[in-house]
Amino acid sequence: MTQYLLSAHTVEGQVRDPMTAEEMGRFMERVGALEDEMRSAGALQFSGRLHEPDTATVVRVSGGDVLTTDGPFVESKEHLGGFYIIEAADLDAALGWAAKVTAAVNAPIEVRPFQDARAA
Amino acid sequence: MGHADRAPQLDEAAIGRIFREESGRSVAALIRAFGDIDAAEDAVQEAFAIAVRKWPDAGLPPNPGGWITTTARKRAIDRLRRESRGRELLGEVALLSPRDEDPETEEEGLVQDDRLRLIFTCCHPALSTEAQVALTLRLLGGLTTGEVARSFLVAEPAMAQRLVRAKRKIKAARIPYRVPEDDELPARLRPVLAVVYLLYNAGLTARTDPDLCTEAIRLARILATLMPDEPEVAGLLALLLLTESRRPARTGPDGALVLLGEQDRTRWDRASIDEGRAIVRRCLRRGRPGAYQLQAAINAVHADAASIEETDWPRIAALYDRLLAVAPTPVVALNRAIVVGEVHGPAAALALVDELDLDGYHPFHATRADLLRRLGRDREAAAAYERAAALAPTDAEREFLLRGGRAARPLSTR
Repeated sequence: MTQYLLSAHTVEGQVRDPMTAEEMGRFMERVGALEDEMRSAGALQFSGRLHEPDTATVVRVSGGDVLTTDGPFVESKEHLGGFYIIEAADLDAALGWAAKVTAAVNAPIEVRPFQDARAA
Repeated sequence: MGHADRAPQLDEAAIGRIFREESGRSVAALIRAFGDIDAAEDAVQEAFAIAVRKWPDAGLPPNPGGWITTTARKRAIDRLRRESRGRELLGEVALLSPRDEDPETEEEGLVQDDRLRLIFTCCHPALSTEAQVALTLRLLGGLTTGEVARSFLVAEPAMAQRLVRAKRKIKAARIPYRVPEDDELPARLRPVLAVVYLLYNAGLTARTDPDLCTEAIRLARILATLMPDEPEVAGLLALLLLTESRRPARTGPDGALVLLGEQDRTRWDRASIDEGRAIVRRCLRRGRPGAYQLQAAINAVHADAASIEETDWPRIAALYDRLLAVAPTPVVALNRAIVVGEVHGPAAALALVDELDLDGYHPFHATRADLLRRLGRDREAAAAYERAAALAPTDAEREFLLRGGRAARPLSTR
C-alpha cells in the first residue's frame, strides 16, 4: 500500500457564483457521502480544508534571525484549497478516488505519492 | 572447435539484432518477477554480455529468447543476493508473485507474454507523451538509451535523464504493472496506439538512425499479436504498412517531398500493400470501425489505384465521412475537404476549408494555396504558399512549398 496526497487546487479570481444554501447543502452531502465511502473502504487517512491563502504566515531563518512575514509563501494564482491523504494499492486505485473527488468538489485534483514510510 | 563454422555469422552485430528482437520479452518477464525495472534491465543487459562471449563458439541456443530470460533471471538473483537493497527486494518477490503461478517458470515460452503488461505501464496516462515514447522504445523495443536519443535528435544525457525520471515516477507513484480490465481497456489502449503512431510519423519527418518507421511497424506487429481481438490495433498496423508502402516514392532524388499525385506508383512496395490490405479487410469485417481502421481503409483505396486519376474518390469521400464521425477533429475535416475537392471541385472544397480554425497548421495553408491556384486566384495562392512554408517543420517540406509558391503562376494556366 502506498499513501497519496490528493490536493484540490482553486484558482484565485475564478470565483464561481456563491452557492445558495440549498446548493451548499447538496455539496456537503456529496462530499460527506464520498468521505464515508473512502473511510469504509479503509482508504481515507486524513483530510482537511484550508482558509484562503491571505490568512497564511511565513516563518523563515534569515541571517540567523527568525523572520515572520505575512502572506502565502508562493505568490501564485493557484493555491491549495484542501486535501485528502489516502492509502491505495497502486496509482490506478488512487486515480480512481481522485476521479470521485474531482466530480464531488468540481476542482482539479493533484495526486502525489508519499515517500515510503517503511524506509524510516 | 568444430562449432565455429556452424554459426559463422554470429558476430556482435547479429547478436545485437537478436537482442533487439528478444530483449523486450525478457525485460517484461523480469519486471514481473522482480517488480523493479532497473534490476530487470541490468540483468538482461548482463545476460546479453554473456551471450556475446559464449554464442560465437557454442552456437545459437535453440530458443535464444528463453536462454536470455533464464540467464538474466539467474544473474538477477545472484546480484540481488549480494546487495542489501536486493535482499529486501527478494523478500518482496515472494509476496508479489501471483500464488497460482506455474512453478516451471524456466519454461519461458509457456508463461503469458508479459510485454502486454509492459506496454500499458510504459504508456500509462500518468506519464508524459515524451516519457511514454522513450520508455516504449527503450524497454519494449530494446533500443539503447543512445539509440533512443539519436532517433529523437536529443543529446544522450538528456534522454537518460528523461528515462530515469519516468522510471522514478513509475516506482514512486506505483504505476501498476498489469493489463487494464476490459471496461478501461479502450481508454488505456488510446495512448498505446498513439505512441506507436507518433513514432512512425516522427520517423517520416526526421530521417534518423535507427529508423523509427521500422521500429514503429515492429511494435505495431507485436501489439497486433498480443491483442488479436482489438480491431483498432490491427487497423493501426495496416495503416502503418500501407503508409510505409509509399515511402520509397515519397521523396525525390534531391530529398524533396513528392505528393501522392506525383509519386511513381511502380516504386510502391507491393508486399506491404498486400499485407496492409488483407488486414483492413479482416478487421473491417468485424463491424467495429475506428479511426485507425478507417484511415487504413482510405490508404487501401489509394493503393488500389494505378494512377491518381483512377482513384475511387467517391469511395474515399464516404470513408472520410465515417472517419469524421468517429474522429471529429479539424485535421480530419481538412483532409475530408481535400477529397470533396476531388469529387465536387475546388470551390466546394475551399468553402469547407475556410470554415476551419487551423491557422497554425501548415497543411491548412498548403491546401488553401492549392485550391486557390486551381481556382485561378494566383495572388492569394502565392500568399498562402508563403504562409505554409513559414510554418513547415522540415527543410524538405519548406522547399516543396516554396517551389509550389513559385510555380503557382505558370501552372495556373493549365
